[in-house]
Amino acid sequence: MDEEIIKLVNIRKIYFLGKVSIEVLKGIDLTVKKGEFVAIMGPSGSGKSTLLNIIGCLDRPTEGRYILEGVEVTERDDRELAEIRNRKIGFVFQSFNLLPRMPAWKNVELPLIYTGVNARERKDLAMKMLEKVGLLERAEHRPSELSGGEQQRVAIARALINTPSVILADEPTGNLDSRSGHEVMEIFKSLNKEGATIILVTHERDVAKYAERVVTIKDGICQDGCF
Amino acid sequence: MDVFETILISFDALKTNKMRSALTMLGIIIGVSAVILLVSIGEGARQYIKREFGSLGTNILIVVPGKTAKEGGMHMGTSAVRKLVYDDALLIKRRSAHIKYAVPVIVGTSWVKYRGQSRDTYIVGVTEEYFPARNLRVELGRSLNTDDVQMRRRVCILGRTVKRDLFGDRNPLGAFIKIGDGRYRVIGIMKKKGVTLGYDLDDVVFIPTTAASELFDTDALFNITVKARSAEVVEEAKRDIKNILRKRHAGREDFTVLSQDEMLDVMGKVLSIMTAVLAGIAAISLVVGGIGIMNIMLVSVRERTKEIGIRKAVGAKNRDILFQFLTESTILSLTGGGIGVTAGVTIAMLIPRFISFLPVEVAWWSVIVAFVFSGMVGIFFGVYPARKAALYDPIVALRYE
Ligand SMILES: Nc1ncnc2c1ncn2[C@@H]1O[C@H](COP(=O)(O)OP(=O)(O)O)[C@@H](O)[C@H]1O
Ligand SMILES: [Mg+2]
Repeated sequence: MDEEIIKLVNIRKIYFLGKVSIEVLKGIDLTVKKGEFVAIMGPSGSGKSTLLNIIGCLDRPTEGRYILEGVEVTERDDRELAEIRNRKIGFVFQSFNLLPRMPAWKNVELPLIYTGVNARERKDLAMKMLEKVGLLERAEHRPSELSGGEQQRVAIARALINTPSVILADEPTGNLDSRSGHEVMEIFKSLNKEGATIILVTHERDVAKYAERVVTIKDGICQDGCF
Repeated sequence: MDVFETILISFDALKTNKMRSALTMLGIIIGVSAVILLVSIGEGARQYIKREFGSLGTNILIVVPGKTAKEGGMHMGTSAVRKLVYDDALLIKRRSAHIKYAVPVIVGTSWVKYRGQSRDTYIVGVTEEYFPARNLRVELGRSLNTDDVQMRRRVCILGRTVKRDLFGDRNPLGAFIKIGDGRYRVIGIMKKKGVTLGYDLDDVVFIPTTAASELFDTDALFNITVKARSAEVVEEAKRDIKNILRKRHAGREDFTVLSQDEMLDVMGKVLSIMTAVLAGIAAISLVVGGIGIMNIMLVSVRERTKEIGIRKAVGAKNRDILFQFLTESTILSLTGGGIGVTAGVTIAMLIPRFISFLPVEVAWWSVIVAFVFSGMVGIFFGVYPARKAALYDPIVALRYE
């Protein structure tokens, strides 16, 4: 259980805006082990999302090294990053990011389309994932016909479908009332119990409590919990 | 990635904006059907002319006085052109083994009268050989014979239009009509020929060429209509005619021998060029349609920025996104192309029912070319928007509202 899944070494992110440049991440070192449930906390604008996007291979650091499951990610090209996102990362967003015209199960199977799984298997797996988040009977519903909590559970099902190495969630309860927020967190908790590695960004203490380890970031520097 | 899935997604996207997709396709539909229609009309005209010429007899050579530029060669001095006469025709026939018929033709116009009725019409002086050479049939009565020609008999054969105007439903055989100052006996009625290339072939009266010479007081021929024995010897026949006439005309080639195939070729070429130009103009509307597709695809890419972000976040490669939008624009243009083909072919086939004088022949090669071209237009004008979509930064795209 001591296997390192994520290892960040001195990660820096600098945005260049014309003459000024903003250093959002000022050298982050972070290691996450398999099966861990980590919450990243910090005030708004501290660089939490930026960090999570880098971990999720949606973005690249300006400097530093990122090793995912023993593989150096920093030098990969766009194509390889897309493949990593597809197979190793399950992303859950604050605003759900579901495709509005598609029924729940179609949204859930989306990553598998890019993995190259055939239609039958895709649907079977999508249904299994929906069952896991308790939404099997909602499979044919479109996002607009679902509550916020339900939409987020569909998004979680989508994140799970490729059995990723790590699940990343950026303020997953941010758009939810506290009751559905807790429902969603319970799902994360039970997934973690089953062995899933989860990294969660939040600024709510209540939510962070579900995690076993809390990392605090302030002004792009790790204040606490980074090792 | 799954091709079938890609196509499904494309159809789904196009269905979401039915009206917009339809209007975008309209440009391609109009372009494709215009290309097919214009080419079909051009092709129809070409075949029509070919057919009509064929019905005027095959392996025909026409000798006319004077040198036309088309024949090429040097211009032989400036002296007056020598006319062609009756004996020229006789000699051509007698001296060349390759010639089946040689008819001295005199043409003029004159009033023809019968009782109170009259008509201004073409009087064509010919010999008995003219009718088989030109595929002309006498329906009622008899044709000309050698005696009629040699003895300058004042006999005539009426075209349908003239017969109708002068005699109505009555039987004209044996009746005497007035042509100019002479009285001519009607010996035959031509079979109906109809209108060809704008001429009413039934508005004509045939008389012996010798009688016509008297009537118009000239021995100058309008032309000598020659029929070669077969298609293979047309060129030899032409050479013979030139040799024979040159000798008679003091070594000068002050006449022109036109073969019907040459005239047909020239006309066919002109028509082909015209068709190509028209099809080219129609193809421009296809390009305009393509720009319409590009425009709508750019809008679509912008509207679906978030979708692109989501797809990329879950693992879509640039290539997948590119292919996705390219498929969409191609489906748009191919569907438009398909509808355009159907519309174009249908209209082309319906035209003859409503406009009888417009010959139309659907050229199937134009159908294929237009369809393939429409597909290429979709790909070509889809590349830019699709590339734009493919190169979106996933984070920027995800943040887009
Ligand atoms: N593309 C960008 N260009 C410039 N600045 C950015 C960009 N993205 C984020 N930032 C800045 O980086 C800082 C951190 O943003 P973010 O990681 O979203 O913070 P958090 O998620 O902790 O609220 C903010 O000040 C934000 O304005
Ligand atoms: Mg954030």
